[in-house]
Amino acid sequence: MNAFNNKRAADALVWVALLTAPYWMPLVGGYTELGTHVVILGLAAMALNFLLGFTGVLSFGHAAYFGLGAYGAAMTIKFLVPSTPLAILDGVLVGTVAGAVIGPMIARLRGVYFAMCTIAFGQVFYFIAFQWSSVTGGDDGVSAWHRMPIDLGFTSIDIFNDNKAFYYLALTMFAVAAGVMAWLLRSPFGRTLLAIRENERRARFLGIPVDRHIWLSWVISCLFASLAGALYALLNDFVDPRALRWDMSGTFVIMTVLGGMRNFWGPLIGAAIFIVLQDQLSSHTQNWESFIGLFFVLVVLFFPRGVLGLIKRKTTQ
Amino acid sequence: MTQLLFFDVFNGLIIGAFYALMALGLSLILNLSGVINFAHGGFLAIGGYLAYTLIPYFGFWGALVAAPILTAFIGILIERVLIRRLYGRDPLYSLLLTFGLAFMIEDGTRFIWGAQSLPFQIPGWLAAPLSSSLFFLTGYRVFMMVLVAAVVLALFLILSRTRLGLRIRAGTLDLETVSVLGVNVRILRNLNFGLGIYLAGLAGVLASGMLGLQPNIGDSLIMPSFIAIIVGGLGSLPGTLAGGVLIGVASGVTTVFFPSASEAVIYVMMAAVLIVRPRGLLGEEGRF
Repeated sequence: MNAFNNKRAADALVWVALLTAPYWMPLVGGYTELGTHVVILGLAAMALNFLLGFTGVLSFGHAAYFGLGAYGAAMTIKFLVPSTPLAILDGVLVGTVAGAVIGPMIARLRGVYFAMCTIAFGQVFYFIAFQWSSVTGGDDGVSAWHRMPIDLGFTSIDIFNDNKAFYYLALTMFAVAAGVMAWLLRSPFGRTLLAIRENERRARFLGIPVDRHIWLSWVISCLFASLAGALYALLNDFVDPRALRWDMSGTFVIMTVLGGMRNFWGPLIGAAIFIVLQDQLSSHTQNWESFIGLFFVLVVLFFPRGVLGLIKRKTTQ
Repeated sequence: MTQLLFFDVFNGLIIGAFYALMALGLSLILNLSGVINFAHGGFLAIGGYLAYTLIPYFGFWGALVAAPILTAFIGILIERVLIRRLYGRDPLYSLLLTFGLAFMIEDGTRFIWGAQSLPFQIPGWLAAPLSSSLFFLTGYRVFMMVLVAAVVLALFLILSRTRLGLRIRAGTLDLETVSVLGVNVRILRNLNFGLGIYLAGLAGVLASGMLGLQPNIGDSLIMPSFIAIIVGGLGSLPGTLAGGVLIGVASGVTTVFFPSASEAVIYVMMAAVLIVRPRGLLGEEGRF
C-alpha cells in the first residue's frame, strides 16, 4: 500500500513540475525552450525505454525514427501544407511506417546482434538525408520554414511567437504519449512484454509469439520516437541530418540509463539532467564533446542503475 | 568502359580491404568479449595520427611498423582500465562506454593535432602510378592491397597455428570451459583486444596515406565495418573477411552504373542478407 502511495505521489510530482515548468524555470536560471527540449527528448527516451526497459531489447538506432519524424514534419510544412497538426501527423506516419517495415528484419535477432543491426539500419536514413540533397537539403538540412499557428476555428493558438504556448502543445502530446504507454504497459500486452524481458524462453514455451510481440513493441516505440522527432523539428523550425545520426541514438540510450531504465519516468529525469548539463557545457567550453564522452563513461562505470535506481536502492535498504 | 570498370572494381577492392581490416578487428573483440567497439574508428584515427607524429623521426616504414603497435598498447591499456569491468554485464553498457570513448578520442585528437586536415607523406616511388596506361593504379594502392592481404593471412595463421590463436578460437566457442581448463581468460581477452586494435591502427596508417588525416577519419569506415560483419555472419572471421571485400567491391561496381547509390548498395545488401539468411553468409545457425 505504501509503495502504491509513493508511486502516486511521484506521478503527481512529475505532472505538477511539468505543468508549471514555464513559470518556475526562469527562477532557477532556465528558460522555456530548455523545458520544451526536456519534454521532447524525454519523450523520445521514454519511447526507447518502452523497448529497452520494458521489453528488454536494445535499440541503438532510434535516432532514425526520431529524425524521420522530424523530416516528415519539416517537409510537410515546407512543401505540402502549412499546418502544424498535419505536420505532426505526417512525421509520425513516416517514422512509424519505416519502423514497421524494418521491424520484421530485426525482430528475430537478439542481444548484440539486434543492437548492431539497429545501428546499421539507423544509418540508412542518415545517408538518404545526407546524399539526396535535392530533396532533403543534404548537410544543410531543411530550413526556411517555421511552425504554424494552430487554427481551432473559433480561435487560433500562436505557437510560433508564444514559447509557452508551444511548450504546452509539446506537453499535451507528451501527456497523451505517456498515458498511452502507461496504459499499454498495464494491459495484458504490456505484461507479456515484461514476461519476454524476464525470461524469453519461458515466454516462448507458454505459447507467446515472441517475435511478433517484439516487433509490435518496436513499432510502438518508433511511433512515439517519431512523434518526439516531429515536435523537435517544430521546436527548432529546422532539421538537419544530425537528428538522424548515431550519436543522437546514443544520446537517447544514455538519457534512459542515466535516469533509470526500469522506471517509467527514468528517461525523462535522465533527459532533464543530460540537457541541462549539455546546455551548461556548450556555453563554457569548446571541447564539450569530450566531456559528454567522459560523462558516458562515468555513468556506465558508476551509475549503471541510473538516478532513480540509486534512489530506489537507498530507500529499500 | 572496361578501364573504368577495372578502376572501380579495383577501387572497391581497396575499400573492401579497409572494411575487412576494420571489421576483422571488431569481429575478434565481439566474438571473444561480446563488446561492440564503437571506438574502433577512433583507434583508427589514433593509428594515423601517431604515424604522422612518428614519420619525421623514423620515416614512413618505421611509422608503419611502430604506430599500429603503439595503438594496440593504448587499446590494451583502455581494456584493462575500463572495458574489463563490463564483461558479463548487459552489452548495453559496453556499447555506451565505447560510444563515449569514441567521442573522447575524436575530440582528443582534434585537441592535440588540430581540426584541420593534415597531409601525410608517403615515399615518392609509392605515390607514382605504375604505368601510364594504368594511371590510376599508384604503387601505394597496390602496396596497400598486398600488405592487407599479408596481414590478414598472418592473422589467420596466428589463429589457426599458435597457442594464443587456438585459445582465442576456443574462447569464442565456450569461454567458460577454456577458463576451467586453466587459461587465464582475463589476459586472453586483453591480448585479443590488443590484436583487434592493432588492425584498426594499421588501417589508420594506410588510410591516412590515401585520404590524409582528419579527426573523424574513422567515421566513414565504422558503419560499413558493422555491415561487413552482419553480411559475413556474426562469429565467423572468414565470413567477416568475405563480407568486407564483398561490400567493398559491390559499392565499387555500383559506382560505375549509379554513382550516387554506391553507399546505399551496402545497406541494401545488409537488408537482403537479413531477410534471406539472418545469420549471415558464413555465420553459424542459432548463435545469435
